Amino acid sequence: MAEIHSNGSSKSSAKIPKIKFTKLFINGEFVDSVSGRTFETIDPRTEEVIANIAEGDKEDVDLAVKAARFAFDHGPWPRMSGSERGRIMMKFVDLVQENLEELVALDAIDAGKVFEQAKAGEMPFAASILRYYAGAADKIHGKTMKMANQLQGYTLHEPIGVVGHIIPWNFPAGMFFFKTSPAMAAGCTMVVKPAEQTPLSALYCAHLAKLAGIPDGVINVITGFGTTAGAAISSHMDIDCLSFTGSTEVGRVVMQAAATSNLKAVSLELGGKSPLIIFNDADVDSTVNLTLLGGFANKGEFCVCSSRIFVQEGIYEEFITKLARNAKGINVGDPFDPSTHQGPQVDKQQYEKVLSYIEHGKRQGATLLTGGKPWEKKGYYIEPTIFTNVTDDMLIATDEIFGPVICVFKFKTVEEAITRANSTRYGLAAGIATKDLNIANTVSRSLHAGTVWINCYLAFDADVPYGGYKGSGFGREFGMEGLYKYLQVKSVVTPVHNSPWL
Amino acid sequence: MAARRISGFISRSLSSSIASPGRTCNLRSEIQRFSTAAALQEPITPPVRKTFPAFDPRTGEVIANVAEGDAEDINRAVSAARKAFDEGPWPKMTAYERSCVLLRFADLVEKHNDELAALESWNNGKTYEQAAKSEVPMLARLFRYYAGWADKIHGLTVPADGPYHVQTLHEPIGVAGQIIPWNFPLLMFAWKVGPALACGNTIAGLPPGVLNVVSGFGPTAGAALASHMDVDKVRYSHVNPCIIIAFTGSTETGKIVQELAAKSNLKAVTLELGGKSPFIVCEDADIDKAVELAHFALFFNQGQCCCAGSRTFVHERVHEEFLEKSKARALRRTVGDPFQKGIEQGPQIDSEQFEKILRYIKSGVESNATLECGGDRFGSKGFYVQPTVFSNVKDDMLIAKDEIFGPVQSILKFKANATRYGLAAGVFTQNLDTANRLSRALRAGTVWVNCFDVFDAAIPFGGYKMSGIGREKGIYSLHNYLQVKAVVTALKNPAWL
Repeated sequence: MAEIHSNGSSKSSAKIPKIKFTKLFINGEFVDSVSGRTFETIDPRTEEVIANIAEGDKEDVDLAVKAARFAFDHGPWPRMSGSERGRIMMKFVDLVQENLEELVALDAIDAGKVFEQAKAGEMPFAASILRYYAGAADKIHGKTMKMANQLQGYTLHEPIGVVGHIIPWNFPAGMFFFKTSPAMAAGCTMVVKPAEQTPLSALYCAHLAKLAGIPDGVINVITGFGTTAGAAISSHMDIDCLSFTGSTEVGRVVMQAAATSNLKAVSLELGGKSPLIIFNDADVDSTVNLTLLGGFANKGEFCVCSSRIFVQEGIYEEFITKLARNAKGINVGDPFDPSTHQGPQVDKQQYEKVLSYIEHGKRQGATLLTGGKPWEKKGYYIEPTIFTNVTDDMLIATDEIFGPVICVFKFKTVEEAITRANSTRYGLAAGIATKDLNIANTVSRSLHAGTVWINCYLAFDADVPYGGYKGSGFGREFGMEGLYKYLQVKSVVTPVHNSPWL
Repeated sequence: MAARRISGFISRSLSSSIASPGRTCNLRSEIQRFSTAAALQEPITPPVRKTFPAFDPRTGEVIANVAEGDAEDINRAVSAARKAFDEGPWPKMTAYERSCVLLRFADLVEKHNDELAALESWNNGKTYEQAAKSEVPMLARLFRYYAGWADKIHGLTVPADGPYHVQTLHEPIGVAGQIIPWNFPLLMFAWKVGPALACGNTIAGLPPGVLNVVSGFGPTAGAALASHMDVDKVRYSHVNPCIIIAFTGSTETGKIVQELAAKSNLKAVTLELGGKSPFIVCEDADIDKAVELAHFALFFNQGQCCCAGSRTFVHERVHEEFLEKSKARALRRTVGDPFQKGIEQGPQIDSEQFEKILRYIKSGVESNATLECGGDRFGSKGFYVQPTVFSNVKDDMLIAKDEIFGPVQSILKFKANATRYGLAAGVFTQNLDTANRLSRALRAGTVWVNCFDVFDAAIPFGGYKMSGIGREKGIYSLHNYLQVKAVVTALKNPAWL
């Protein structure tokens, strides 16, 4: 176990946690990988190694699936009533809340998340998802149906079985709960593969799960790489369902593997190039702040980030002036510094990719309104960057950058805005800023996006389903809809004789 | 309004936790502290005007004197609830926050399990074991169940025939009046309060005014609640008719409640009333299991269950064996002090019920049903009745038609639907077709197949015919406490319809 020291910033205030869990979690125990190999997880503030983590591969995935399969076929979890599962999940919530700071700190050093923000917003939201599904576990209803013959029918919503979760690095603990909570509520068992960049909080959550009373084998965590452990999960013959959040490119690979192996059900939450459309009647000052929130939250490492800003020509000049000015108020810095708004990018690969997109933008002739450079010599920090005079076909306009880089476009008419906003292979989210009822209704119904935010952005809720259109994936998370992918519908039909009614 | 029972107060007192746990003597002083109050916004509201006694049915003695609320107190309670709804934080809190409050309530109930159980047993006569091991835990369970609904109340977006955006909003109805009975005081409290609060309503912990409890008598306080017009039209410039009254009790009183509601402000009414539920033992039944289940279905809670299986229909081919075994089982039933271990049946609730049961037994004998066992009071003190079994009961006898609400089992040969009630039914058979046919044919709100009295937070419960209107528990209960508002907006150039 490695000890961490502050990265030298004199304003660091929160405690850096000891790393307690670095091994695979299979069947209720922390174990080394079969091969004995480990890999390093890096602190993006300092570029230094935090710890060596067990590297899971195919053999370890096999062991985990075996445990999950046994737990599903013979263990208590699916055989408990929904309300009993809910009770245990509530204990899990309590433990998460008791250990909130440590969880947040792990994500801060592993993913570069800003400590105070994650503590106040993101982690409580993750806990609220777990709580939501704890309350949903005993409310999974099927239907009874009237049939066209002397038959009666009803549907049973049964847990699908063993689930594979492949989760990304941008919200490590959050994603852990977004995925495992509905699967747990439904009565499934699972194998979780956290991103190789951010293994720490998932392992800690596994520990808390055990303390809460989640039976052995229900949640298993295999840390490792996508090409090995992730691939093993995608192509495993005994996993019934796969839930993946990550890039569109990898999503494609995962889905292909699912098809060529055992045709397991797949749900994908992929990338985005979400538009925020600002009309002439919008309030410029508040919309500028909305833009900065939508574009730069979580250092731009957000699938729904508003990376394309369409501003109607009537307010364009005023808007970009205020935008440039306000962007300078974003403090980039150490995630533990309470005055920081934006931490480092997650790792070297992302850092270099973002910088290369910025260079593309400059080369292709876009105007750099603000930012455009790395922030400090050490660590993966990048200035909040805004491009204007971007044409729709530039790389920075079409590709998902996944960093603090946004593009601003000018438009004339409502129809033009809709067409250009929809001209993307993605369809995850969109925002509309207007006071006009008709524009709001027309545009929201015309955008091809899974979530449309009107006069707000990043407004998530446990009860509001979330997911993509087109290349942004399919399937929904949150809400009761979030349960569907972990349930199978079974129709049961039997004759009735002499029924007094039909 | 908790009809003549004090356990309603405990809900208010839980937010200021009771120090002493334990049985009857330790509780006495605590009860004195809380009983002399009309529990509105503050637990103690001097001066105390009228009180009425709460009795111990084991002895007929007074446990404590409880504040007697009447029309004026109901007015104050409704005002407080109205104010809490219109101006207070409760409906404006997020559903998530409300669910946290309900969960906290459940935690407190759990913490005070034994104390609550002791109070229930002392005041009601039900065995302490039943109260402590199943009813109080069920109270906590119900509140947790409803906490989980609070943030999942969904309306619809609806496809329209033209260019309109249509959504239905499910809004809290406002102030709910709830009249709960004495047979399961705490559970009935949960069945009513749970969904009402989950939906964001207030009731004539929790922020001041959200939950108001007034103890008193039906003809005074209860009637005042049922006919309430929602006071103080001077302060509130519009009459808001959104009070709903939810009542559980006898069919006779239920009729009065509905009449008063109609005559006053047409408030929505849900009624859970009496029953004369059939328990049907088919030819292929496992007799030993059927006997035990039928016995439980009738005698549970001293026979004081609206859904008691009070007409046991037995197929003639197995009638003799069934009867013999049922009689033996009834003779084995242990009657005595509900706090004593091993006792199955405590006293009836009070002298009125006690006298009524003995009168029905007398009528059974007079109408020539065969008294197999029991038939009289048990002991010489308190309201104990011997477990009683009648056979050769005919459909037109009073004991076959009226709800007795006591430990009197009537065994008949086969014919189920001839009753004005329709609350529940039990079917005992192994045969798939029989089970399907009977469950569809029985005109009852709940049909139990090879089980009885299976109550779960998620299973809706309510009556057909004169056993009531509306359903409690499960997702269905939310409908009672929500109003549907359709919002229709014209669309210009919709991309799809």
